[in-house]
Amino acid sequence: MNTQRPETAAATVPANGWAIELEKINKRFGAVHANKDIDLKVARGTIHGIVGENGAGKSTLMSILYGFYTADSGVIRVNGQEHAITDSRHALALGIGMVHQHFMLVENFSVLENVILGAEDSGFIKPSLDRARKELNRLEHEYDLEVDPDAIIEDISVGQQQRVEILKALYRGAETLILDEPTGVLTPKEADDLFRVLETLREQGKTVILITHKLREIMAITDNVSVMRQGEMVATVKTSETSPEQLAELMVGRRVLLRVDKTPANPGATLLEVQNLVVADDMGHVRVKDVSFSIRAGEIVGIAGVSGNGQSELLESVSGMRDQKSGNVLLKGTALSLKGDDGAARAREAGLAHVPEDRQRMGLVTTFAEWENAILGYQGNAKYGAGPFLDISAAKKAAAEHIKLFDVRPANINLKSSLFSGGNQQKIVLAREMEQDPDVLVIGQPTRGVDIGAIEFIHNEIIKMRDEGKAILLVSVELDEIRSLADRILVMFDGVIVGEADPATATEGELGLMMAGIGKDAPRGLGIAEQGPLP
Amino acid sequence: MSARRPIPRWADIALLPAINLLLAFLVSGLVVLLVGENPFHAIQVIIYGAFGYGEGLGYTLYYATNFIFTGLAVAVAAQAGLFNIGGDGQAYVAGLGAVVVALALDQTHWLIAMPLAVIAAGAVGGFWAFVPGWLQAKRGSHVVITTIMFNFIAAALMVYMVNRVLKPASTMAPESETIEVAGRVPQLRQFFSFFGYSPVNLSIVIAVLALIGVYILVWHTKFGYAMRVLGANPTASRYAGISNSKMIMITMTISGALAGMVAINEVMGVQNRLVLDFVAGAGFVGIAVALMGRNHPIGILLAALLFGALYQGGQELQFVIPGITREMIVVIQALVILFTGAMEGLFRPSLERAFMLFSPEQKADAIAVSTAKSES
Repeated sequence: MNTQRPETAAATVPANGWAIELEKINKRFGAVHANKDIDLKVARGTIHGIVGENGAGKSTLMSILYGFYTADSGVIRVNGQEHAITDSRHALALGIGMVHQHFMLVENFSVLENVILGAEDSGFIKPSLDRARKELNRLEHEYDLEVDPDAIIEDISVGQQQRVEILKALYRGAETLILDEPTGVLTPKEADDLFRVLETLREQGKTVILITHKLREIMAITDNVSVMRQGEMVATVKTSETSPEQLAELMVGRRVLLRVDKTPANPGATLLEVQNLVVADDMGHVRVKDVSFSIRAGEIVGIAGVSGNGQSELLESVSGMRDQKSGNVLLKGTALSLKGDDGAARAREAGLAHVPEDRQRMGLVTTFAEWENAILGYQGNAKYGAGPFLDISAAKKAAAEHIKLFDVRPANINLKSSLFSGGNQQKIVLAREMEQDPDVLVIGQPTRGVDIGAIEFIHNEIIKMRDEGKAILLVSVELDEIRSLADRILVMFDGVIVGEADPATATEGELGLMMAGIGKDAPRGLGIAEQGPLP
Repeated sequence: MSARRPIPRWADIALLPAINLLLAFLVSGLVVLLVGENPFHAIQVIIYGAFGYGEGLGYTLYYATNFIFTGLAVAVAAQAGLFNIGGDGQAYVAGLGAVVVALALDQTHWLIAMPLAVIAAGAVGGFWAFVPGWLQAKRGSHVVITTIMFNFIAAALMVYMVNRVLKPASTMAPESETIEVAGRVPQLRQFFSFFGYSPVNLSIVIAVLALIGVYILVWHTKFGYAMRVLGANPTASRYAGISNSKMIMITMTISGALAGMVAINEVMGVQNRLVLDFVAGAGFVGIAVALMGRNHPIGILLAALLFGALYQGGQELQFVIPGITREMIVVIQALVILFTGAMEGLFRPSLERAFMLFSPEQKADAIAVSTAKSES
């Protein structure tokens, strides 16, 4: 709390006036003060970033602006006029549009149909569609947002779907666009494209509010940035006058190491070998196509790639959760028998631990007490009971140990798992898997939805495992994470490993192109993808 | 979007069902009032009829025995996320196992006949649930559909078996030969004359053992742990190396075996022979019992007693107050099932809100959690 507050930027009225002014916004949920006296002024025609950890109050604030919540007190001014925004329809009428993190599109409708959905002119669709087509053409042209109006949503890429969301907002006359974590699902190239669109919007006089936790994006695209922490607006600064380090410190309230400190790898014998693996998804489509690689003791191999290119299936197959069509997974030279729906048990017995991509769906039973989750996957282990019986006190003892070692908060083994925050849930899973002392650790998305403080801790634990001589397979859609943790990077695209890179020398641009399935010599993207390797 | 926190466990297990029950009685009272009878008198009759004297209590316990078995059958399956609606059919075919063993051993002693009949009835009932389990695990046919269909198959099969196989040539009635005394389950009235002529028998001991057994199985064994993981999150159970298909098949078999115990009570304890339709809908009451009892043995015990009391008290009611017909009793039972089973969640939101008002700390916690969720 004692960090110095930087000078609040832009106190004077900007040239184009304020698009949005929030004054002394308060929102309490019982004893929790989710928004405390928040002041926020967004200048018209700018891109304004809002950063903060999970639970800092960003979403609450934007929900108030978009009419999901009503503030307990405070004033909202849109274009200088005071309004009490009652619902999102009202917000839209005032020209405030929102692009949600999870798209609100009807998958089997066309782009055009999605755009008019809920904004039809009359009971008959045809005239609305015709009018919308014209309007959409104009918008696409004006903002450089090309999408085929007749394409079906499920057939177009995630980046394009996001454009449809933006078009939806513009079609409804949005002057101010709120984007909530817009790049989470995009490739670096797509993110670049998005930023170009945002720049065009800014040129055309639109205002953009960008909620993100990626500081680099804030630095690359925004004009001003506001930092929230524990329900308070900690600072609003000009982006040109700040640095990622300063923003991180403001967010967390203490100094944070943004880069991982690690010594060069010292790889030993090969522990995990994947040979010609072919894996299909639930629908029977082949998602992993003849993938081979190996990982040695004391080495972290990172799989980079845009989500949905077979990484999930690869992880699930190696860890025994998903049957493979062909190929082998060898642990210390012995092929694992992963057939059947209890393959995960045999993988664990052989010494392969798995931190799954989706802790809520796989890694935890969220309705269970914390201690019950501390043995998930190891419930058959003799440590937790002889014969058919479960030794509850042994399980509870293990849980208490995990909580202590990984600093899980609150330190309550009887608390229902769903009541822990994302970071603490992840620590529960990591503690369980790491404390079994496996030879191979397979980790998916170790820090998804985890706040900065916990990220640092989790990264250090992973490095510690490596230094203890474990082989670690790391899959993450966060390129930064892969680059800072991995000793070798494999890039996956469309089920194939399209290339290998050395994190010390590969640039984000090169990796980004590989992730998009384009060779190294294809034309470069703009913006953030141009930045060089991490030091 | 409003923040909520689950109500405390005691309120979930005791208070909520009590409120539901009260409401069911209130509406039932209105129905009684509508036909021109005094609801207070009616409730008095029901309570006296069910608990007021030895024979009445005996009947209540006899009905409750069946409901404990079928309630446990539904609950065990529900712990693994399976909805076994086929308790009726499983109990019905289990009668075959019970009657065959009892008839074969009715020259020996009940101490020999009963345990073996328990095994046989459990095996047949278990098999009748295993098949839908197998179809679910290997073919993806939903157990809700298949267990219902198996009820019909069971009904048809039993009509055939009773009429063509089990019925002695000497009788016209569709029933098996009568089991000799040595093959019958002893009546409690043989030990306590207090129970009058009521049919409550030693099967109730099996019911109590089953309650304890299920408790241990679900919460104190590795199998029970795996079952609950599967029930709560099938993806997590796959992640945990639990074979979902095996779990489904075994759990369904256990569930069917529990339902099959109804046959011991009815065939060997009450009817002393296999008659058509001896289950009399106990399998379906079991669904309401499990729902009301929150799939927990203690809750099931209480709910089974309640339904037993309703059955017995209801019988009494139509004797004592002629204005209330048999159909009226069914209406009251249905109302109880409706309010405690189908609409058991009716008051949950208001109760949650009420608890928030009374305990502000909880409220703070709840909000913190819900906001943390909405962020990210």
